[in-house]
Amino acid sequence: MRGLTKVFGTLRACDGVDLDIARGEIHALLGENGAGKSTLVKMLFGSLEPNAGEIRWNGEAVRIGSPSEARRLGIGMVFQHFSLFEALTAAENIALSLDARTPISTIAAKAQALSYSYGLPLDPYALVGDLSVGERQRIEIIRCLLQTPQLIILDEPTSVLTPQEADKLFETLERLRSEGKSILYISHRLEEVKRMCDRATVLRHGKVVGHCDPRQETASSLARMMVGSEVHAVVRTADTTGSADVLLRVDRLSRPPATPFSIPLRDVSLEVRAGEVIGIAGVAGNGQGEFFEAISGEVLQDRADAVTIRGKGAGREGITGRRRMGAAFVPEERLGHGAAPAMKLSENLLLSRHATDPGVYVGALGVIRHAAIAATAKRINQMMDVRKSAEDPAANALSGGNLQKFIIGRELDRQPAVMVVNQPTWGVDAGAAARIRQSLIELARSGSAVLVISQDLDELFEISDRIAVMHNGELSTPMSRAEATFEKVGLLMGGAEPGHVHHHDPAEVA
Amino acid sequence: MGMAEAILLTIATAATPLLLAAIGELVVERSGVLNLGVEGMMLMGAVVAFGVALATGSAWIGVVAGALAGMAFSLLFGVLALTLVTNQVATGLALTLLGIGLSGMIGVAFVGQPGVKLEAISIPGLTELPLVGRLLFGQDPMFYISILLTAGVMWFLFRTRAGLTLRSVGDSHSSAHALGIKVIAIRYMAVMFGGACAGLAGAQLSLVYTTQWIENMTAGRGWIALALVVFASWRPWRVLAGAYLFGAITIAQLHIQATNLADLAGLPGPLYWLAGAVKSVPSQFLSALPYLATVVVLVLISRNRRLTMMNTPASLGRPFVPDR
Repeated sequence: MRGLTKVFGTLRACDGVDLDIARGEIHALLGENGAGKSTLVKMLFGSLEPNAGEIRWNGEAVRIGSPSEARRLGIGMVFQHFSLFEALTAAENIALSLDARTPISTIAAKAQALSYSYGLPLDPYALVGDLSVGERQRIEIIRCLLQTPQLIILDEPTSVLTPQEADKLFETLERLRSEGKSILYISHRLEEVKRMCDRATVLRHGKVVGHCDPRQETASSLARMMVGSEVHAVVRTADTTGSADVLLRVDRLSRPPATPFSIPLRDVSLEVRAGEVIGIAGVAGNGQGEFFEAISGEVLQDRADAVTIRGKGAGREGITGRRRMGAAFVPEERLGHGAAPAMKLSENLLLSRHATDPGVYVGALGVIRHAAIAATAKRINQMMDVRKSAEDPAANALSGGNLQKFIIGRELDRQPAVMVVNQPTWGVDAGAAARIRQSLIELARSGSAVLVISQDLDELFEISDRIAVMHNGELSTPMSRAEATFEKVGLLMGGAEPGHVHHHDPAEVA
Repeated sequence: MGMAEAILLTIATAATPLLLAAIGELVVERSGVLNLGVEGMMLMGAVVAFGVALATGSAWIGVVAGALAGMAFSLLFGVLALTLVTNQVATGLALTLLGIGLSGMIGVAFVGQPGVKLEAISIPGLTELPLVGRLLFGQDPMFYISILLTAGVMWFLFRTRAGLTLRSVGDSHSSAHALGIKVIAIRYMAVMFGGACAGLAGAQLSLVYTTQWIENMTAGRGWIALALVVFASWRPWRVLAGAYLFGAITIAQLHIQATNLADLAGLPGPLYWLAGAVKSVPSQFLSALPYLATVVVLVLISRNRRLTMMNTPASLGRPFVPDR
């Protein structure tokens, strides 16, 4: 690729990017969120059209106008956000991207044979909606391999896998390399890039900032290339809680599945004490979202004592009720859930705080006190170092990292006794992530109970005092930081893998 | 011809327009598009079929014209909702309102005129068979078309690659797009098929069912067809069952309304009393009964939430804009 450029409005998502991939190598594409990695590979796979630059394939200039043209050339892709159809079977999903003349039964047999030969067992007649994320990725990989590609693009493949599943994936990739196939491996996880990749290209703000041999670099030198400056390591002071008060208690919480493909919660119990951070690990889609909704009060419980906040039963309280009891919640989606996208930061502040701080932001006769809101917004922006283009921009005008800093700051500003955060740094740049993690630790040390749900194991190991794992709607007993290892947590995350559990017995739904 | 046979024949005639419209809408919704304009497309089909049949003297040409009119009308929806990405619900409602008005305007001259009837088929030797002859071999062509279409749609959706592609577009248009499937083109074809089916349904009403043009003659059948598709959990054979249930109750309540209590004086006591009780129900309620019963029954059979949600096209009604 030479001088590839893609412009979205005023944003140059990719700016004159050069990239060479040799036959039989695993080439890493490194970069922070928003560095332009996904945009670049979408152009390579024909889902986006470059504004300038050229792509040469085996020495010849080509124009890749659509994914099917890319496939004809021999380029396959495993997507980050899976491009699978939940209501169809694995075989049907695979069939959709293959030659239309092959009957589905043939495809199913071929897929099964191939999956076993690569050690990625697959049931071709299972509905995708019933499969775990790791199994879905297998379908994507098998689908890609059935097209006999010469170049395989993997977009953040391990972000949804347990450490053990990731090891399995690395074995597969090494086997593919030995078969002479090229792999473009996109990741921001430096350890796995160092371990496996032959060469690396680092992107920052849409530009190539360097080519290197990852095995010659250290993790911190790679990180510096990605971020462009030193990233402050998060400092975790010793946990001194011991027998402090339990501020958040979840007692035998159960919840039936909300949709046919979602997970029921089964008898989840947990205690979070003042002064500690508890991390909940788990592969995406194992009930973490459902758990967060149940704790935050988006979904009510039958029993008031299913969720207890500061000693009072909160199970029948809604979100505002639970906030008034001293809790704060930060959901996974920033736009549309954590903040109203088109409204200004000050308005978003008022929306969540008018009920919890009566009389402060809304005066007599329901008149809004703009001065008080502006003062608080300023305080939050300073505390969390929120970088913005205007004095009071709309929420969707901020970058993901800055908006997340604002939302976390909005909740921290209340000095909540209980703080529950789902995926605190998902899609957030390294600098902002470090800031957010540090503030969560500091909140706990100042005497609050903090519960963090995250898919990022590195993050949980960085900030948690105890770690529990959610798998298939059940929560493990929390392990102290001292006894928790990647391997132990990974095994719990995998549950009964490799075979998957059928979550949906008809009797259960009825 | 026996009484039972006659009743069964009228049931089929009452069920056919619903089945035609609903099976078309099923394909549209399976592709992820919600077109609420069924009623309007049916009316356009009915008035154009009636007018063309009258002008040419051929009911068959009328049928074809009705289907084409429905398809052309649905194309209007396609351009608005798929290309210009307008709100599908609002656009569908607008299409219905436009269809009601436009068909009324076109049909002013046709009111009160005797139409051309699409004659029932007759196969010497088979049609005269006792009991089943008329039912199987002596109905109007629209009946056979509707049954063949239903079977064809079942085969297409669940047995062909093209059907799989259509279902995939309805399940997740962004995934389909990422695979290089032409989402908008497939949705256009589905919408036009739905329009043609609605047009056929309208033609059946004005060329078979009544053989005349009456303003707003669909009388809400387009809406029932829409409800049928949802409550049938987007499965063709359930649409068929629902349509025939509707037809059966329509005919049953007509018979009840038409029967004179005095004629039943010979019945044994309890039966006579029962007939009296039914007759005392207001006729408006009886007229509403087919609509009510169809919805109730279909709600009951779609109780299994998991099964229903699995068959629900996940992208239904969501606009698609490719990111280019």
